[in-house]
Amino acid sequence: MAPAMVKAEGLHKRFARNEVLKGIDLEVAPGEVLCLLGPSGSGKSTFLRCINHLEKINAGRLSVDGELVGYRAKGERLHELRESEVARKRAEIGMVFQHFNLFGHMTALENVTCAPIHVKRVAREQARRRGAELLARVGLADKLDSYPAQLSGGQQQRVAIARALAMEPKLMLFDEPTSALDPELVGDVLAAMKRLAAEGMTMLVVTHEIGFAREVADRVVFMDGGLVVEQGAPSQVLDNPRHERTRAFLSKVL
Amino acid sequence: MPSSGVTDDPGRPDDIRAVPVRRPGRWIAAAIVLVVAVAIVHSVATNPRFEWHVVGDYLFDHRIIAGLRLTIELTVIAMAIGIALGVLLAVMRLSPNPLVSGASWLYIWFFRGTPVLVQLLFWYNIAALYPKIALGVPFGPAVVHANANTLITPFTAAILGLGLNEGAYMAEIVRAGIISVDAGQSDAAHSLGMTRLQTMRRIVLPQAMRVIIPPTGNETISMLKTSSLASTIVVTELLYAAQLIYSVNFKTIQLLIVASVWYIVCTSVLYVGQFYLERHYGRGSSREPAATPLQRARMGLFDLRHGF
Repeated sequence: MAPAMVKAEGLHKRFARNEVLKGIDLEVAPGEVLCLLGPSGSGKSTFLRCINHLEKINAGRLSVDGELVGYRAKGERLHELRESEVARKRAEIGMVFQHFNLFGHMTALENVTCAPIHVKRVAREQARRRGAELLARVGLADKLDSYPAQLSGGQQQRVAIARALAMEPKLMLFDEPTSALDPELVGDVLAAMKRLAAEGMTMLVVTHEIGFAREVADRVVFMDGGLVVEQGAPSQVLDNPRHERTRAFLSKVL
Repeated sequence: MPSSGVTDDPGRPDDIRAVPVRRPGRWIAAAIVLVVAVAIVHSVATNPRFEWHVVGDYLFDHRIIAGLRLTIELTVIAMAIGIALGVLLAVMRLSPNPLVSGASWLYIWFFRGTPVLVQLLFWYNIAALYPKIALGVPFGPAVVHANANTLITPFTAAILGLGLNEGAYMAEIVRAGIISVDAGQSDAAHSLGMTRLQTMRRIVLPQAMRVIIPPTGNETISMLKTSSLASTIVVTELLYAAQLIYSVNFKTIQLLIVASVWYIVCTSVLYVGQFYLERHYGRGSSREPAATPLQRARMGLFDLRHGF
């Protein structure tokens, strides 16, 4: 049986004295689409950032595709990974942010080709061709030479998705990808994400879009106060929540 | 009456042509400024003691031009050293390694803490402390050595003094630029697999330039004038050249005016350079690039003709 794409066991993370993750146990299978729901402050974004080592975990075990995140196990001891090794592992995980984080001084195409050229050392022409393909796939074939400031929010987020996909990741992390968008623009981004899911990408999506979770997710996870409160199939968690907190949260959102 | 409206829509109302608010205060203030300006120019132009013909005589004197050349060389080289050093020190300051950031802090503290004039005099007199300068392994054999007096000429001392001092100030300017770049940019770069150094070089520093350039322009303009301190260590830059001339012909004010004219001309050239540099690094930050002075003048004329 293939190893879980993401496996978290007893994950703890604190910022100064504030413990944000209080023991997360979660597994994501390859090709699965998992939606993380929960109130703000529940630790959803922090958990995502731990997966690609943007945040260092304090306790527990976290592994991606069978390999520990941020550390190497030598017998009983854990050794911190060197920066270059961390970077290499991060390159295999794509992340899309709430505020897009496009490189403002580069055009859309340059944003998409920057990492393949300088991190994976892909030839410039090849990277440009693939970049143009990816941008066309998210519906932005005519915006290759536009700067982020000239694009709408929805367009920027789609460039961000293409940029993450250009590195051919095995896992995609979405941190509230549509929260900063006008309602009209949300649809285009969700459509791009649906297509990605249909192509078999393993996706971990933190979102407030219940409709998306219902349609696309294989599993929905509800988090609150740094813990997983409940998880299961969308129809079960969204329509028949077992826990009071889940019920309370959904009644406010739905 | 046919409307000069934007569309051909007959139902669209005519553009509003209201009588503008009367602003007597503005006109009075403008008149006062104009009268004062004319009075000053008149006084300066007709006062015989200015001896403008003397200023004209010495404006293109070969000694003045040679001094100007040295001033420009000092400014360019010192700023080049300062900027390179500043970037290095700023990146060091932001390093997670406490020794590296501490070393940078120490350098900045020392070179900003002592007067630049003192630093210039120090480099000029370094031969008193280290008569032989050697390059090699610390506490070990030397690979190359030279006599300090011949190696450190007044010009070299000026470059060292000005450049190393400027590096400390530039470090803070560059650091300000770096921390002004949104943290999300490094998050995105790191999540794509870029190392800290790659992120700094390709993502953060280019975007930091927008915040770095205006104060750096300021520093360059300032360096143009600070270079005159090199006159104290016998470098015949512009000010010293002027001083040498008036120490002989006693036309102090006139020669100082000559030097000032050249300083202001060079400063104005730097304005133009800075504008285009800001324009280049500002691309992508707003929908259209900033208007050049010529474009702005044309737009102002348009507003004037069509009544604001």
